[in-house]
Amino acid sequence: MSQAATPTAAPPRFDVTRVRKEFPILGRKVHGQPLVYLDNAATTQKPRVVLDALVRYYTEHNANIHRGVHYLSETATQAHEAARRTVQRFVNARDAREIVFTRNATEGINLVAHSFGQAHVREGDEIVITGMEHHSNIVPWQLLCERTGARLRVAPITDEGELVWEEVERLIGPRTKIVAVVHLSNSLGTVNPVERIVELAHQHDAAVLVDGAQSAYHLPVDVQAMDCDFYVATGHKLYGPTGIGLLYGKAERLEQMPPYQGGGDMISSVTFEKTTYNELPYKFEAGTPHIAGAIGLAAAIDYLTGVGLDQVAAHERDLLAYGTSALRQIPGLRLVGTATNKASILSFVMDGVHPHDVGTIVDRMGVAIRTGHHCTQPVMDRMGISATARASLAMYSTRDDIDTLVAAVGRAREVFA
Amino acid sequence: MFDLRDLYQEVILDHNKRPRNFGQLARPDRRAEGYNPLCGDQLTLQIELDGEVIRDVAFDGSGCAISKASASLMTESVKGKTLDEVRTLFEKFQEMVTADAEVEPDTDALGKLSVFAGVRAYPARVKCAVLAWHTLRSAVEGADDVATTE
Repeated sequence: MSQAATPTAAPPRFDVTRVRKEFPILGRKVHGQPLVYLDNAATTQKPRVVLDALVRYYTEHNANIHRGVHYLSETATQAHEAARRTVQRFVNARDAREIVFTRNATEGINLVAHSFGQAHVREGDEIVITGMEHHSNIVPWQLLCERTGARLRVAPITDEGELVWEEVERLIGPRTKIVAVVHLSNSLGTVNPVERIVELAHQHDAAVLVDGAQSAYHLPVDVQAMDCDFYVATGHKLYGPTGIGLLYGKAERLEQMPPYQGGGDMISSVTFEKTTYNELPYKFEAGTPHIAGAIGLAAAIDYLTGVGLDQVAAHERDLLAYGTSALRQIPGLRLVGTATNKASILSFVMDGVHPHDVGTIVDRMGVAIRTGHHCTQPVMDRMGISATARASLAMYSTRDDIDTLVAAVGRAREVFA
Repeated sequence: MFDLRDLYQEVILDHNKRPRNFGQLARPDRRAEGYNPLCGDQLTLQIELDGEVIRDVAFDGSGCAISKASASLMTESVKGKTLDEVRTLFEKFQEMVTADAEVEPDTDALGKLSVFAGVRAYPARVKCAVLAWHTLRSAVEGADDVATTE
């Protein structure tokens, strides 16, 4: 299992059976069959510690933050800010001020598109994205282009689902204001060379936003090593609650940006003549935040780092290799997304069976996968298909899960034989 | 697996594999496109009218077995019907695929289309079954819009 993992300071040996016991939902049945949950790229299941943290917050600490002098408000504020420091350590940001809580990764991208865009993007400027972006990393930039007259440039991808590097080099230039790139593609599994992209963009003084919605729970993330200007992720894929996400931004970038939304908490003082804005990161956090969500997210991160991201990554690499060769044994099945550097995603199409039908049939056998375009229609167009069936892995996935998937896909073939 | 057969009945599998009226008409009077943004199913529908009667109909496109078979069976059942009859049939069809499990489908009115009664147990698939019908309605109403299931 762990041929690639070289842990020095040793978390306990990775034990998937023990991990699974921490996720209550994995014990349930669906359509009378044991649940085989392989839709992790959509959302992951939650370990008991996260559920406990949510219940504990609401039963023992619930109060609004940043404004009360009473005991509960102070403890809730402390827990919320401790959660921010947990996120800071997790992505290795220099300073907790560089962590903005959002609703999800999408909101983080929209925040940057609005505020960075308002400060820096003008007519004739260019924004570079790639051909494998999720709609959430396409549409906010299209809207920005409509507002400003800037131009959206798209770096193409190969049949395998890798970036065409010469095109990336050609597209990023003096007109480029920002490059927005997915770290780990949700429909192909491709892991992009974000460090190289950052280096290239910075040569042209362009900022880089890395969409980490899929990478944060599969790959160790170090925003300082990556040197990206912005990094977004979402809590619910990180084994945490829905409705909480994170935006990392370099302090000097965030300082230069106007607020995104106005409201309480994001101000220092308000008069009808003039309002002054709060300091980082509160300038970007208008209104009562998702306090329980932040606390739940911190519990999820503590759990994940306790298990060990290196170990999780090694376990998932093993499963990806196992699943890749198992699915390839199925006649008429073709994997979509075969990049050399790939993680956690098994997207496929089958001769004579539409992905949607595959999804319905395997569901009746307890196997949850996603079917459709995965919010990446341009990827589907590029690959000449309308949809794929996608199995996606998490730390609790097993070889048994893959075996059940393969058997279920076999049944789908039988139905349509 | 037995309940899967309620959805994937032989007639449906057959029409998926060998869709009827699949292709283009030589002289269509109306044309509409249908799109299901959820799963990427898309189809083009053409009809040839003789006054108020659908003289000929054809469809083209790509989709799952349910949407393809539904389009195929729909074209068979609306050919030769008046536009009013088609509207009524659409209502009956929609009623059937969204009805509670215990409601018996109106087989007299729906004929072969009753094979889609099984779809009601699969809420995520209802849109697949009605896509062709929405598209037919936009063709009949003469709207140039793309019909969607949303």
